[in-house]
Amino acid sequence: MTLLSVERLAKSFGAVAATRDLSLEVAEGSIHAVIGPNGAGKTTLVAQLAGELRPDAGRILFDGRDVTRLPVHKRVRLGLARSFQISNTLLSFSLLENVALAVQACHGHSFRFWADASRDGRINAEALSVLQTVGLADRRDRLASEVSHGERRLLEIAIALATGPKMLLLDEPMAGVGPEEGQRMVEMLRTLRGRVTILLIEHDMDAVFRLADRITVLVYGRAISTGTPDEIRADAAVREAYLGEEDDELVG
Amino acid sequence: MSADTLSAPPRGIRFRGALLPLVLFALLAAVPFVAGALGQPFYVSLFTRIMIFAIAALALDLVLGYGGMVSLGHAAYMGVGAYAVGILSFHGVDSGWVQWPLGIGAAALAALVIGALSLRTRGVYFIMITLAFAQMLYYTANALSTYGGDDGMTLWGRSTFSGLVKLSDGQTFYWIVFAVLALSYLGLKRVVASKFGRVLRGCKENERRMTAIGYNTYAYKLAAFVLSGALAGLSGVLLANHTEFVSPAYMSWVRSGDLIVMVVIGGLGTLHGPIAGTVLVLVLEEVLSKLTQHWWLIFGPLIVLTVWRAKGGVVRLFGGRA
Repeated sequence: MTLLSVERLAKSFGAVAATRDLSLEVAEGSIHAVIGPNGAGKTTLVAQLAGELRPDAGRILFDGRDVTRLPVHKRVRLGLARSFQISNTLLSFSLLENVALAVQACHGHSFRFWADASRDGRINAEALSVLQTVGLADRRDRLASEVSHGERRLLEIAIALATGPKMLLLDEPMAGVGPEEGQRMVEMLRTLRGRVTILLIEHDMDAVFRLADRITVLVYGRAISTGTPDEIRADAAVREAYLGEEDDELVG
Repeated sequence: MSADTLSAPPRGIRFRGALLPLVLFALLAAVPFVAGALGQPFYVSLFTRIMIFAIAALALDLVLGYGGMVSLGHAAYMGVGAYAVGILSFHGVDSGWVQWPLGIGAAALAALVIGALSLRTRGVYFIMITLAFAQMLYYTANALSTYGGDDGMTLWGRSTFSGLVKLSDGQTFYWIVFAVLALSYLGLKRVVASKFGRVLRGCKENERRMTAIGYNTYAYKLAAFVLSGALAGLSGVLLANHTEFVSPAYMSWVRSGDLIVMVVIGGLGTLHGPIAGTVLVLVLEEVLSKLTQHWWLIFGPLIVLTVWRAKGGVVRLFGGRA
């Protein structure tokens, strides 16, 4: 079943067309990667899917609903959560609190002015279990500003997971992480397979080909090809788009 | 460690955090006795005024210190509360049961309208627009010729409460203001630690992140703004009662700036800091203005020194965690 379907999406900034006639379908439960050279419009696509940018044309259907004009926070409530390419956590909050805030967001409104939020056992327990999923439970009381870059990348995903999403939009989760932490990230994402649908935007080809069920290749805002990792590897148009060093990565 | 005790600060730190506010309130509670012993009833009046401004500073700290909203128009809500009392008194309504809720309600309404429009902007534009609205209210008060225009007007007397308490007694009024300050402090302490407060603090730190986890940040910020406006309105109600006089000067943007100074000097986002800051600023003003009319020449450098030496406010000089 298709969970997310993008129909003929278009977005321009002045003369630059960042998204052109882009259509995409993501099957429920799958890990669907979107790759493409720099400037292919990957981040613009994520911003439109998350609701931070309004497309010029086209539709976004999520879980059977047209969400094209829905604001960010309402899409999250429907189960479409994102992580950021540049870690975007609450640095002066502990890891637990970062995740607890996301859990709190899906427990109804927060116009509760009296009871101490940090002592809400149910929310803390849920937050802790999400931290366990990404392997950060032992760091729960550290401030987000105190942990390593790689751990903050994991926290970024934990926060998105804690909103109870049907689908995660992961914007370059491996950005800037070393090989060891990248490995940890891949292992963690693998455990999410089946539990949550993932749209993965990623530069790390090694990670993409190890994780993805399907891959869409974006070039100049257009989806030039979609298929299984093997199909993409064999696709002539894709190889042409990836001339140079990344070509080797595709083949290798 | 069970889940519900997670991330609560260790006992020692929490005790140290509570010590300074306790000392502060103990000192304020001692004022009437000290003033009586010294035969200086003026101190009771001075500290009544200080506590009234401290309530407004607390209100400002909620939006400025916890919500990151730099409102340069908070004196306007004080003014609305004060004028509500003044206008009702002018028309012969002296009952505090009517005056106080209406004063608070009018200020909350003003904050709702102003906040709803201002919060659509960000950063320096937000500062400008809150200032512009406050100036509109300031000039409106100036134009109310029935109610004294720019001269302001004298009240018939302080609010009455069905003969239960006599606000006209300086001591009684002092303890009422003290109680309002203490309850505001304790109430806000709960609010900033509540789910609402946590969302508000999150908005201050990273609004984009808060939106991305599903919060309608606008609604939460607006609620804080209205709550803050209502509390500032209450301090205005008290101010009108204290001086038995209202004037447009209550709403001047200089006054709004003073409130920011009190909050920042005392310690943004600490609640007891703004109380300490208000005491510091108004006591210094009292002492220095007796020495010279150019007292800002001394006060200005003192502010610079305080902000420079005590980053995060004077209360952070006592113990690491405010």
